[in-house]
Amino acid sequence: MLNVGKIEEGFVLDHIKAGRSLSIYHYLGLDRLDCPVAIIKNARSDVMGKKDILKVECSIDALDLDVLAFLDHDITVNVIKNGEIVEKKTLPLPKEIRGVIHCSNPRCITSVERGLPHIFYLADEEKGTYRCRYCDERFHETDASVKY
Amino acid sequence: MRHLLSPEDFTVQELDQLFDLAADIESNMGRYAHVCDGRILATCFYEPSTRTRLSFESAMHRLGGSVLGFADASNSSASKGESVADTIRVVSCYSDICAIRHPKEGAAAVAAQFSRIPVINAGDGGHQHPTQTLTDLLTIRSLKGRLSELSIGLCGDLKFGRTVHSLIHAMSRYANIRFYFISPPELRVPDYITDKLREMNIPFEEVIRLEDVLGDLDLLYMTRVQKERFFNEEDYIRLKDFYILDEEKMRLAREDMQILHPLPRVNEISVELDKDPRAAYFRQVQYGVYVRMALIMTLLSLKAE
Ligand SMILES: [Zn+2]
Repeated sequence: MLNVGKIEEGFVLDHIKAGRSLSIYHYLGLDRLDCPVAIIKNARSDVMGKKDILKVECSIDALDLDVLAFLDHDITVNVIKNGEIVEKKTLPLPKEIRGVIHCSNPRCITSVERGLPHIFYLADEEKGTYRCRYCDERFHETDASVKY
Repeated sequence: MRHLLSPEDFTVQELDQLFDLAADIESNMGRYAHVCDGRILATCFYEPSTRTRLSFESAMHRLGGSVLGFADASNSSASKGESVADTIRVVSCYSDICAIRHPKEGAAAVAAQFSRIPVINAGDGGHQHPTQTLTDLLTIRSLKGRLSELSIGLCGDLKFGRTVHSLIHAMSRYANIRFYFISPPELRVPDYITDKLREMNIPFEEVIRLEDVLGDLDLLYMTRVQKERFFNEEDYIRLKDFYILDEEKMRLAREDMQILHPLPRVNEISVELDKDPRAAYFRQVQYGVYVRMALIMTLLSLKAE
């Protein structure tokens, strides 16, 4: 297995669907953080065939990972401290997603009102459905991937 | 502080209280003539809807309050590009309660988010129009004496009709409701609604011809079928008379069936029916004022002396 240095403190996000690591990178706002990030694409996986991995070296409270479960339910989060995995996290779906995804409904007030945060609420926990807080339009993955 | 953005913002019990108050207003109008003395309602209408606006204004005046506002976006600061958030912040300084109508979905929710006063959604695009739904519920409760144990026919454009969707949703909260959806195949109720009804075990039937079910109904909610909604002229010509209610069809209906319509009506209810005691659509307008009076009082936490 390819290894990109050891992390003292931070996260290893494993089992990312192959090809999705860059969008996860953007969703988490890693482009705005001044910390070392390793993006490993198409790593071999017994279970998935191919997978992506993100290694992020940062203080463990610097990242809000709540949104991850929404982006990809299969991602596993390893929390690293002093070079060791201290926790393997499975994340519940966040009740609310703020400022990460955008409402694509052209009739929605968010399309014209300046400075309004895009907020989605978890409408169906079982199906993982999110709806716009303002117009109740359902969020479709395909609408967001256009951005990157 | 409370707002009304969608009919579900009120529980069934809260709706009962609201309708009890509206019923008392109906029978004791005089008791309520000064409840809102010194209070101001702002009507912020970013798109014209004279009927809804006048209903709100009438309600506030009948409570002794006064009204200010604008009737369409062209002569307001909105036309200069002011955001809904800024407008409601300003309006909060001028008034005690605000009814807002806006062509964009979710506009009232934005207003509520930035408001210092209660906000009533008076229609936000194709999304919600809760005071119409409250009007419909109060009308049904007043004329039938109950909101449960009813067979309700909804006829016309059931695909695009926001009013119809809200009413189905609202009536689904009451016991032993049966729906009859009467529409051309092109304008059927959307699947997400029928799926939900199945999930909730609420019986419904979809038919094309009004005559097939008219005799089974306690209530008939008529809506307009617009020509542009049809895929082709042929279907329109073939089907259009199915959705026009006239004296002949009404012979099939029960003696105590009530006809409702959100108005304005075009030709879907023949004018000859206006004198039929079962034609309830103008009484419905009156109930719209009572329910808005009750709503204003409730959101402002006011009681009659
Ligand atoms: Zn939206």
